[in-house]
Amino acid sequence: MTAPAHHHAPAPHAYVSPIPVRAAHLGDALASEWTKIRSVRSTVWTLGVMILLMLALGLGVAAIAATSEAEMGEESALAFGFFGMLPASICVITLGVLTIASEYGTGMIRTTLTACPSRARVLTAKAIVFFLLVFSVTTVLATLVAVAQVALVDTAATPTTAEWLRATVGAGGYLALLGLLSLAVGTLIRHSAGAITVMIGLLLMPLVAALFMFNQTLQSLQKFLFTYAIPSQMISLYSEKPPFGDSGPAGWEPLLIMAAVAAAALGGAYALLNSRDV
Amino acid sequence: MIELEGLTKRYGTKIAVDHLSFQVRPGVVTGFLGPNGAGKSTTMRMMLDLDNPTSGTVRIDGKHYRDLAEPLKYIGALLDAKAMHGGRSAYNNLLCLAQSNRIPASRVGEVLDLVGLTAVAKKKSKGFSLGMGQRLGIASALLGDPEILMFDEPVNGLDPEGIHWIRNLMKALAAEGRTIFVSSHLMSEMALTADHLIVIGQGKLLADTSMADFIQQNSRSFVRMRSPQQERLRDVLHANGFVVVEAGHGALEVDGATTEKLGELAAENGLVLHELSQQRASLEEAFMQMTAAAVEYHAHGTDVHGGAAAPGPQWGPTSEGA
Repeated sequence: MTAPAHHHAPAPHAYVSPIPVRAAHLGDALASEWTKIRSVRSTVWTLGVMILLMLALGLGVAAIAATSEAEMGEESALAFGFFGMLPASICVITLGVLTIASEYGTGMIRTTLTACPSRARVLTAKAIVFFLLVFSVTTVLATLVAVAQVALVDTAATPTTAEWLRATVGAGGYLALLGLLSLAVGTLIRHSAGAITVMIGLLLMPLVAALFMFNQTLQSLQKFLFTYAIPSQMISLYSEKPPFGDSGPAGWEPLLIMAAVAAAALGGAYALLNSRDV
Repeated sequence: MIELEGLTKRYGTKIAVDHLSFQVRPGVVTGFLGPNGAGKSTTMRMMLDLDNPTSGTVRIDGKHYRDLAEPLKYIGALLDAKAMHGGRSAYNNLLCLAQSNRIPASRVGEVLDLVGLTAVAKKKSKGFSLGMGQRLGIASALLGDPEILMFDEPVNGLDPEGIHWIRNLMKALAAEGRTIFVSSHLMSEMALTADHLIVIGQGKLLADTSMADFIQQNSRSFVRMRSPQQERLRDVLHANGFVVVEAGHGALEVDGATTEKLGELAAENGLVLHELSQQRASLEEAFMQMTAAAVEYHAHGTDVHGGAAAPGPQWGPTSEGA
């Protein structure tokens, strides 16, 4: 088929793409990541399950409290938001990990990084799109649940403005930051199942481990785990004073702690993503 | 134009790519040939800045890949057909790529049409057959209508119709002045598509030559003759100084002669011929011989680089120094 003697002279002018070249920026990467996150079913599933859990548990617990007419003292009904927040965090973790690890699982990451060789831009775009999506969904949901809880339980104290803010924007921010941490862990581990397991372990293991620390010498560690485990910090978010003993995070502090942890993990993810072979 | 200079990739003590230097020129199809595990895919990943070279550089039109403003408009690559999210539709898989490079969304429809996937554009890509997946991968490579196209083993697992389609597509793209770089482990496939050939083995450059030169240097050419008067034919050939090899089934093989010359010789001597044909040893054989040499050479543990100048059996460790 190929005539052996026939030499192709290189074309005098190389082909030039007719599509005009303008330098792409973060905005383009954001558009791309938004298309990615909205076009896979795992987003719909994880967020859908999360919405159901937050509504069912938040409203369910409030309804039980309302019928039992338990005396709440100085507590406001907003604290019931915790019961929906804990299971919701598992959904957020899953979505956060999948946002990046599914690209490694499918091989899409090669295509993504070929299209956008700035790895920092890819990770930044993913983090922003994911954070905004989760933050807005969870904040709206937490607000709905909080309003319903306060309306249902009339024996509890009237929440202050700060309490309202923490139960809505605070809860949404905490979950979204936990999701960012998951995204960072997914980037570091590059494997969906592995990263989800690590994150669920991080969520639940400290409390489980602390339960079995009967030994006297372990008491200070046990106390630390009880205070700083993620579920404990979620409870702290709804409380003005440290809920477990005299010290420990309270009010907005859990949010700051989670922000610091997520930032550190993302820093590691940037460094590794930039230096590593895909 | 892609330029590689001293490109090296080392995994621990194992060298996957060993000081590769070559250029891929526009307007032709350049075949990148080597047996499995020769380092072709590693080289291509380094060209796309996916893997970091241990040493050496790759330049695309004089720039590093990371410095390309919107790389899809310069270079399109098909690395492996399944490098897409299976849960996303073909259209959305391409759309998110287009958006990251500011390629208008209308272009997605165009490339889907070009590869013949318009009918399944809204279908999830995990349901695609190997051939459809390959077409989707090619569509993503063509998305930015780029000047350079890289295909890693594009015909793997395709049916004859698909292979034919890809072959013609590559030729048409090269004819438009584009740079086409295509890897394969099949010499026969390259012989049909490539104008230029780069052969590697054990990560080393074994040949950088035009396809025509490669064929000329590596395929033994001989003339096959059959005659009912075989004894007399052999005597006549001997008498005229030709080297004759008996090939079985009553055929003779004559080296270093043209069919014209031998036909005339037979006519002068009044010999009846049943066959007079030009034959070439297969390129596949030449290729295997070349890469086998690389393996053998490697096993001796010497540390001299293979030269590009002299392909074929005469290639050896002495051809070029490190």
